[in-house]
Amino acid sequence: MKKIITSVALLALTLSPIVTAQATPAEDREAFRNYFKKNTPSKNLDDYINGIYTYNKDAREQWEEIEEFPPYEIAIDNGRDLWEKKFKNGKSFSSCFGKDVSKVRAKYPYHDESKDTIVTLEGTINKCLTDNGEKPFKWKKGKIAAVSAYVAFEGRGGKITTEPKTEKAKAWYNKGKQFFYAKRGQLNLSCADCHVYSASKWIRGDNLSPALGHPSHFPVYRSKWNSMGTLHRRYGGCNKNVRAKPFKAQSDEYKALEYFQAVMSNGLELNGPGARK
Amino acid sequence: MAKSSIKLRTKSKGGKIQVKALIKHPMETGLRKNKKTGKKIPAHYITDLSVEANGKAVLTANWSGSVSKNPFLSFNYAGKSGDKVKLSWKDNTGKSDSLETTVK
Repeated sequence: MKKIITSVALLALTLSPIVTAQATPAEDREAFRNYFKKNTPSKNLDDYINGIYTYNKDAREQWEEIEEFPPYEIAIDNGRDLWEKKFKNGKSFSSCFGKDVSKVRAKYPYHDESKDTIVTLEGTINKCLTDNGEKPFKWKKGKIAAVSAYVAFEGRGGKITTEPKTEKAKAWYNKGKQFFYAKRGQLNLSCADCHVYSASKWIRGDNLSPALGHPSHFPVYRSKWNSMGTLHRRYGGCNKNVRAKPFKAQSDEYKALEYFQAVMSNGLELNGPGARK
Repeated sequence: MAKSSIKLRTKSKGGKIQVKALIKHPMETGLRKNKKTGKKIPAHYITDLSVEANGKAVLTANWSGSVSKNPFLSFNYAGKSGDKVKLSWKDNTGKSDSLETTVK
């Protein structure tokens, strides 16, 4: 009971700055990270990019075995083929993203000031296709995840650099923050309830992953899916788990959430694509 | 096929040779239905798989539709560096592929 009270109190504490004095994203980030530091003092900031494998030793051993010959390799190969494949008009993805694919991943997500929207990697992949008269990929899995996996693989070792600088960008950031801390679904859980306040705790046979570092390793090959999926596919599944109706992939809600999470994870190493349970 | 459907890696580990392979294959059971048309998706899976070291079989397997898509295989055998490991598969539609690698 005491735990519940503290978590509610903490939630109230974290929520109140939105309504009253607007905390800056940098202040939010410090508070966010300090919470993890206090909760699991033995972990370093860099550990969080490995999700639950930071916490669970047995699962980590299995995961390391998987990483020796990762199942996402096929997706990377497919993604590379799609990346190099010419569109009907003779151009290819590099005409939208630039020649150096290793620099692409770290750019996203960012706030587009003129259009006042969040630009994600997957959104740009499909925009590139439609701009060049091609049919867009389906969101969430398959080809889009393959291209995303290739870009993520080439961009490994880069750092998340997402940071809202303008007022409009901060508005998007606050929208994502609101989503993250708002209760939803029949189970009445917020993202933070599980992935901040209960991160590392058991939920049936699994541990809850830390929200810090979530965006670093997507897209992921999930053993449960038996395929690759984007971050927004996972968001949808997560919302379903709390018995809430998921939003569409690349909807404003999820884009804002991705933006917020990236800001919280600013400075962490990009280690996608990943393999998860 | 331009690229091999097989990814094969070998490693010498404590006097044994560890073989790991990832095969790109749909492994359709033949029991799934296409949701839109209601028609069954034809079976397409690997039936025979064999691994040879220097021409001598070290593993043979009869697979069926119950094996997962893009199957992963890992096993050890008593061998030494320099062995030529060859993996080949054949599926129920008659297609086949093979790949050979040398143990370092």
